Amino acid sequence: MDLSVRIGSLALKNPIIAASGCFGYGVEYADVVDLESLGGIAVKGLFLAEREGHPAPRIVETPAGMLNAIGLQGIGVRRFIHEKLPELRARKAIVIVNICGTTVDEYVELARILSDAEGVAALELNISCPNIKEGGITFGCSLRGTFDVVSAVRKVTGLPILPKLTPNVTDVASFARAAEEAGADAVSLVNTFLAMVIDVETRRPKISNVVGGLSGPAIRPIAVRMVYECRQAVKIPIVGMGGIANARDALEFMIAGAAAVQVGTANFVDPFIWPKLFGGIRDYMQRHQIARIADIVGTVDTRARDNEWISS
Amino acid sequence: MPIDAAAEVIANHPLSTDYNVLALAAPAIAAAAAPGQFVMVKAGAGHDPLLRRPFSVFEVLRDERGAPTGISLLNKRIGVSTDLIYKAQPGERIACLGPLGRPFTVVDSPTEAWMVAGGVGLAPFATLAEALRARGVRSTLFYGARRAQELFHLDFFRGLGVELVLTTEDGSLGERGRVVTPLERRLAAQSAAAPVMIYACGPEGMLAAAATTAARFDRPCQVSVERIMGCGLGGCYSCVVRMRNGHGGLHHVRSCIAGPVLPGNQIVWD
Repeated sequence: MDLSVRIGSLALKNPIIAASGCFGYGVEYADVVDLESLGGIAVKGLFLAEREGHPAPRIVETPAGMLNAIGLQGIGVRRFIHEKLPELRARKAIVIVNICGTTVDEYVELARILSDAEGVAALELNISCPNIKEGGITFGCSLRGTFDVVSAVRKVTGLPILPKLTPNVTDVASFARAAEEAGADAVSLVNTFLAMVIDVETRRPKISNVVGGLSGPAIRPIAVRMVYECRQAVKIPIVGMGGIANARDALEFMIAGAAAVQVGTANFVDPFIWPKLFGGIRDYMQRHQIARIADIVGTVDTRARDNEWISS
Repeated sequence: MPIDAAAEVIANHPLSTDYNVLALAAPAIAAAAAPGQFVMVKAGAGHDPLLRRPFSVFEVLRDERGAPTGISLLNKRIGVSTDLIYKAQPGERIACLGPLGRPFTVVDSPTEAWMVAGGVGLAPFATLAEALRARGVRSTLFYGARRAQELFHLDFFRGLGVELVLTTEDGSLGERGRVVTPLERRLAAQSAAAPVMIYACGPEGMLAAAATTAARFDRPCQVSVERIMGCGLGGCYSCVVRMRNGHGGLHHVRSCIAGPVLPGNQIVWD
């Protein structure tokens, strides 16, 4: 059984990637999961500089989901390269570095620095974090901004680049197209949905940043629809995510058009989820006699159903 | 390495209409747990509630030969997950990940140990009191609650030779008022030459008061903080505590891996 997939020039041993912001810098999980067994690890979003992020409370649970506004707390790219990357490399992890800037120049600088670092497999461009005031989502909510960031980073790196798209736009597919035209190797989607939870007793928002990003099983059907729409709009591979909690959910994204998937919130609930996901995919392949998992990508059959009862 | 157990509920002892002690069969977690560590517990199956909740290991349960068989949780009903844990039935299985986090540093005699607990903040002190007893450390528990009916397991602590200083907000048992008041009095009376370690767990206001009072008397204080946690393993950055970093700067520290036990004098209290 062949679980390997390709995302442009990036070859992964399987299609399951740990999602950025949900897996620390990877090293936090070295005790609970063999990092090498993952298709890849998208590490926590990095700026050039260290950031302290928002005050607590930073998360609140919602029906089948959670809202977060961490505010991209992080150690900055240089400390990441010195303190985390060597261990990730030693553990043979496929490292996808998620980068975030407040200006195009910062994305370019981050891409330059990381292109020279040993052990970086790809760059995921965070143009979709809903929780910071400057940068990120301001690029991801404008077609021009998306094009500018991606094309500027394209000029300075040979690494595969995956802009991570926000669902907080009218037409995600047009953003996937802008990324493709700018030279992206793939797109990853979706980031979280901007959302809000209020404590009715105190009339206060439940997280300090007032609004935050919704993730978890609650958003999955919307994310699947967006992957499906993007599949029809672009030729480059799609990395799909949004509420995947088991192998069936991962397969759903792949059938909708994702070449690979990322798993985030579910890792909080069950940090031992990874082998279960691989096992579930193998079971499915066996049951359906599928030799290569890549063959199911985008195979959703949307033809009209035969013998459909039609109201008249 | 933390252990993920599908732990069977052995017993559920209601203590009041809000509190219960849930005993879980989890020998590997019980064997590895140190005082102050916690477990991440998933109440109910399915996606709602979605996330696990952190609980201090309350008791390490042992068989007649003293071998660890499981742990118990001291639970207070405040939301959906804690309500499910209040109602859990023997035979049910509850996903339980642990032990996690940095434990208390247990002092040696002649240092005295003063534990300060507010409400459900009693939870980490049962195992700490046992560890202190094993080392022959003279121990006192300052324990406050809203009313007498919410002061639990007093005989357990008495049985370990722990001196009890009780307070209730309604005055129904012990001194009327907050638990930090007798702590402050005792600190004022204690000879500066006699070493004391203060351990605190409870509501944020009580922790802040205990830590700042300890600092005022130049006594070390280990606090066990409670934060909303997403994962318990350092992955989500939800459970941060604002701390001084030693260079005059402030830093958000993940309480799941740097804590839950943290030096009280380095925390910035809101």
